[in-house]
Amino acid sequence: MNQAVHIGGPASAGPDLQQLLGLVARGDHEAFSRVYDAVCGPVLGLVRAVLRDPAQSEEVTQEVLIEVWRTAARFQPSRGSAMTWILTLAHRRAVDRVRSAQAATDRERRAALLDQTPAYDEVTEQVEARLEREQVRRCLRGLTELQRQSVTLAYYRGLAYREVAELLAVPLGTVKTRLRDGLIRLRDCLGVSA
Amino acid sequence: MNAADLHTLTGAYVLHALAPDERAEFERHLLICPACAQEVRELAATVGKLGLAVAVTPPPALKQHVLRRISAERQEPPRVPGARRGGARRGRGLSRFVLAACLAATVSFGGVAAWQHQEAREAREDARASQRQAEELASVLAAPDARVSGTKLPEGARGTVVVSQSRNKAAFLTSGLPKPPPGKVYQLWFDDGGKMRPAGLMDPAVTDNAVLMDGPVDGAAGMGLTLEPAGGSPEPTTDPLALMRFST
Repeated sequence: MNQAVHIGGPASAGPDLQQLLGLVARGDHEAFSRVYDAVCGPVLGLVRAVLRDPAQSEEVTQEVLIEVWRTAARFQPSRGSAMTWILTLAHRRAVDRVRSAQAATDRERRAALLDQTPAYDEVTEQVEARLEREQVRRCLRGLTELQRQSVTLAYYRGLAYREVAELLAVPLGTVKTRLRDGLIRLRDCLGVSA
Repeated sequence: MNAADLHTLTGAYVLHALAPDERAEFERHLLICPACAQEVRELAATVGKLGLAVAVTPPPALKQHVLRRISAERQEPPRVPGARRGGARRGRGLSRFVLAACLAATVSFGGVAAWQHQEAREAREDARASQRQAEELASVLAAPDARVSGTKLPEGARGTVVVSQSRNKAAFLTSGLPKPPPGKVYQLWFDDGGKMRPAGLMDPAVTDNAVLMDGPVDGAAGMGLTLEPAGGSPEPTTDPLALMRFST
């Protein structure tokens, strides 16, 4: 079930993106334009998955890309790929935004989260992204129900693990370990190495 | 939390699902746990795949916005240990909204990004200590009722004050301000109808700066900037370098 499958696409684009970021760090606008083309779709998709609101999502996406421009010199390839770095910034920004906007009253919103699947319906035409998506869906199906719900609520909905525990009515420690176990299983299924 | 417990937080950490205090504790642990750092690298790459899986086609106009904005955006140098953080080093002529976004970026630059730019523990704790002030500063700059006035300062420097009456706070921004002479410091004042009220000191090491002025705006109609002996003065001891009325 958890057979590792090599994923092309963004992984193969990795070295290029890394080189481009080096040029961006030196103020190369053309290189930034190419970085933009490579990352904007994933950044916007991820931010939109978390925030839902299209206008806010575009705003946060702009902030993320400007942060990439500003801080490209601080990217350290030894700590992960360029795409991982940029998506990490994007997720962090989206989560910060969603938590700052969250009031105690959005319990109903959170209850509704359980019924929603991630925004896979918003598709891009890029073949690589489509393969990636199929792969991720397949691997997510390989998780236990609790692992899958914990991971998707935390990642795609930006919930803190305490909120996940509350929502799923399971102990905190259980959520912590399910998040880790779930990601480890995904890592193995997706054939990720770092 | 013991080391074994901390190790189980790798998943929640890369998902940005930890509370701030737990994140800080985990990041300290990461410095001394190579196995955890390796797992964090792998799991961060894994969640990156989850991000790629929801990629969309961005609207074409977005690119033009971003390209326009970066042309006015100054880049940061590679981070070196002990470098000052949390301040804003700005080009001129930018809107306060861009500045606020930039400050927000500085503020949110923790989490996996901090691990990505792993550095001395003290630097991170400094950053957290300055975080609340940076957030307050950003909230003034981005306030819907923010009013901006600008002035020339000595040696071609520019000063800008941003006042938000709703937040009852003001921020002062400089670009190109010369370093004060040794033993001196720039001090900010609120102008309460001619009586100057101390409103904090500017970091002498930084020529481009954005600081939240100490204390409430209350009835102040303007602000002033003077050069004072290190540590500041209870009332101005030199002629003001700048006096500005707040725009209304």
